[in-house]
Amino acid sequence: MKIHPTESERHVLTVTVDNEAGILAKIAGLFTARGYNIDSLTVADISEDHAVSRITIVTNGPPPVIDQIMAQLDRLVPVHKVIDLTEAGPHVERELALVKVRGTGAARGEAQRIADAAGARVIDTTEESFVFELTETSDRIDSFVSQMREHGLVEAARSGVVGMMRGTEGA
Amino acid sequence: MSEERSGAAILVECLVRQGVEFVFGYPGGAVLPIYDELFGDHRLRHILVRHEAGAAHAAEGYARSTGKPGVVLVTSGPGATNAITGIADAFMDSIPLVVITGQVATNLIGTDAFQEADTIGLTRHCTKHNYLVKDPAELAATIDEAFEIATTGRPGPVLVDIPKNVQVATAPMSDVPAQRPQRYRPRTTAAAEEIAEAIALLEKAERPIFYTGGGVINSGPRASELLRELQTLTGAPVTSTLMGLGAFPADHPEWLGMLGMHGTFEANMAMNQCDLMVNIGARFDDRVTGRLDAFSPDSTKIHIDIDRASINKVVPVDLPIVGDCATVLEQLVEVWGNRQPRDLSAWKAQIDDWRTRDSLAYPQRKGPIMPQLAVERLFALTHERDPIITTEVGQHQMWAAQYFGFVKPNRWLTSGGLGTMGYGMPAAIGAQLGNPGKLVIDIAGEASIQMNIQEMGTASQFRLPIKVFILNNEYMGMVRQWQELTYESRYSNSYSDSLPDFVALAEAYGWKGIRIEDQADLDASIQAMIDHDGPVMVDCRVSQEANCFPMIPSGAAHTEMLLYGDQVEGTMDDEAKALV
Repeated sequence: MKIHPTESERHVLTVTVDNEAGILAKIAGLFTARGYNIDSLTVADISEDHAVSRITIVTNGPPPVIDQIMAQLDRLVPVHKVIDLTEAGPHVERELALVKVRGTGAARGEAQRIADAAGARVIDTTEESFVFELTETSDRIDSFVSQMREHGLVEAARSGVVGMMRGTEGA
Repeated sequence: MSEERSGAAILVECLVRQGVEFVFGYPGGAVLPIYDELFGDHRLRHILVRHEAGAAHAAEGYARSTGKPGVVLVTSGPGATNAITGIADAFMDSIPLVVITGQVATNLIGTDAFQEADTIGLTRHCTKHNYLVKDPAELAATIDEAFEIATTGRPGPVLVDIPKNVQVATAPMSDVPAQRPQRYRPRTTAAAEEIAEAIALLEKAERPIFYTGGGVINSGPRASELLRELQTLTGAPVTSTLMGLGAFPADHPEWLGMLGMHGTFEANMAMNQCDLMVNIGARFDDRVTGRLDAFSPDSTKIHIDIDRASINKVVPVDLPIVGDCATVLEQLVEVWGNRQPRDLSAWKAQIDDWRTRDSLAYPQRKGPIMPQLAVERLFALTHERDPIITTEVGQHQMWAAQYFGFVKPNRWLTSGGLGTMGYGMPAAIGAQLGNPGKLVIDIAGEASIQMNIQEMGTASQFRLPIKVFILNNEYMGMVRQWQELTYESRYSNSYSDSLPDFVALAEAYGWKGIRIEDQADLDASIQAMIDHDGPVMVDCRVSQEANCFPMIPSGAAHTEMLLYGDQVEGTMDDEAKALV
């Protein structure tokens, strides 16, 4: 007997929640308990009185599973609102990456040239290394990190995706 | 006016304000301040169980039979972990519970203190919501919200974990309920367009069926009345899940019987062949649908459920309606108005043809008592007293569901979703407390009953005249049946060895014990059980070979039902073995 995986789609969900203890565990645990995927998850307090947090989850799954994820999130008591940015229409997504590259001579120059082309900023320098900061879409960060692999990549750290609808209206 | 009170006193005051009659609990170190507060307070009655699992199931039995939330009070660590099975059970079957657990003092949390467990972490996914209260000033609002969440929307268990120092520390408590923002607002009413569409579908359906579930019971007795009204208006036949039994009367001519794995032939065939399925408060459980790709292939499906997450979870539907069963039924009845039902005689004739298969027939042999007969006689001799029936889990549970006819809601208390052996006796205790004077019977198996047999002491202490009717076949019968079907009768560990003498055990606890070995004694012994003014345990020895039919085997479709007399011993391919 074999277990067959199904076709899946990538979706970016934003979840507005009460900023209470255990809410992150509750949401992360919901995904594990029901077998949903988390590609990335970010969370931060967004309100003046620290009462509300916004969570951005990148997940993937077949459309009915995405619909279930929305419904399951929505029924958690501390969850105010769940929006599927991918379904809702035009939106922007950004992720922040810190990328450390080591090298000297021509390799160092090449790393800097690639970084300039990608729009990365240098935020730390030694004679043999750079730390680049790049805020971009996940695809472009993937490609940047992959290029740096050829040019002395030491490590990369990524924030996970945050996203927002385009236009005048709030989510 | 506000007054400085301890956390424990605030908690007790809040429970009283919520109208709580009974607290099912067990004391321990981390709840001593609360127990001290309960001492001498006669506004709440504390029911001391013998094991915390019993507390949770007793609270469930109370809740299911009365429609009011059940309240549990247990200590930290093992107190909480022992209660978890009952909490998970209530979560699966949507039973309103408020569970208060003690916790070690806030400064000790996370230090592996004595009797410390991460109760919030452990119960996160088997509660509707849970709280750790770190400040007595937040306690009143938290308890109020816990009751609101437990009892509204899709009901469920809510747990409030209270560290011991929070029970001791003081905070002002006002005479009026604490002000708090309302953050939980489940949708209860359907949109007018949804109702109009449902009515249009009902009006033109040639082969409609109502498939109803526990949601109708949870929605209150009015939902059951409205279901009967809507059935009368439309003429569509009704089947129900295990959890929904009693919402529609079993003696009604349009009742098809229970559906699903051990449902009737006519119910399952009608589900398979219908052109319109109206699911009211059921959730397409795998025990109901059988093989999904063959489930009711040609029907248009309407699903009415208060939980949006239940809709399109396993079976995609054509018309989802999020709302409370009673409210939506009321809307449907109103909009149907004076419409005339369509002529459904061809559909009814087809159903009558399926009924002639008599799928609940079983062989009447000389010799050991057939368990089906025992349930039929129990029903015949008790139904006029409108009893409440609880069960454990296994064959006896299915026989009770098949042969005991329920005509009213809240009379049938069984562990459906989680399938918890050991549920029935504590549930009977809770039901008896909530319904004094009613006949409450736990139809049990000899294996299940041993899982919470210690609760006999609780029934004795509180003078609860519950009856435990054990169908004793000396096997974990459902396990044995599956081993016959799937593993060529290799009865691995399913024999109930070293059974106690149940009559002697009953007497040891101050109960009456009755043993039935001969069919000729069946009626008289059941009568003796009913007539005894006190708890009774009946050890009814039944056929060891009897199996539960009809049955849709694992991985099969509604149309592939096994009936009594079909050859069942054998094996199955891995795909079928892997399905539960």
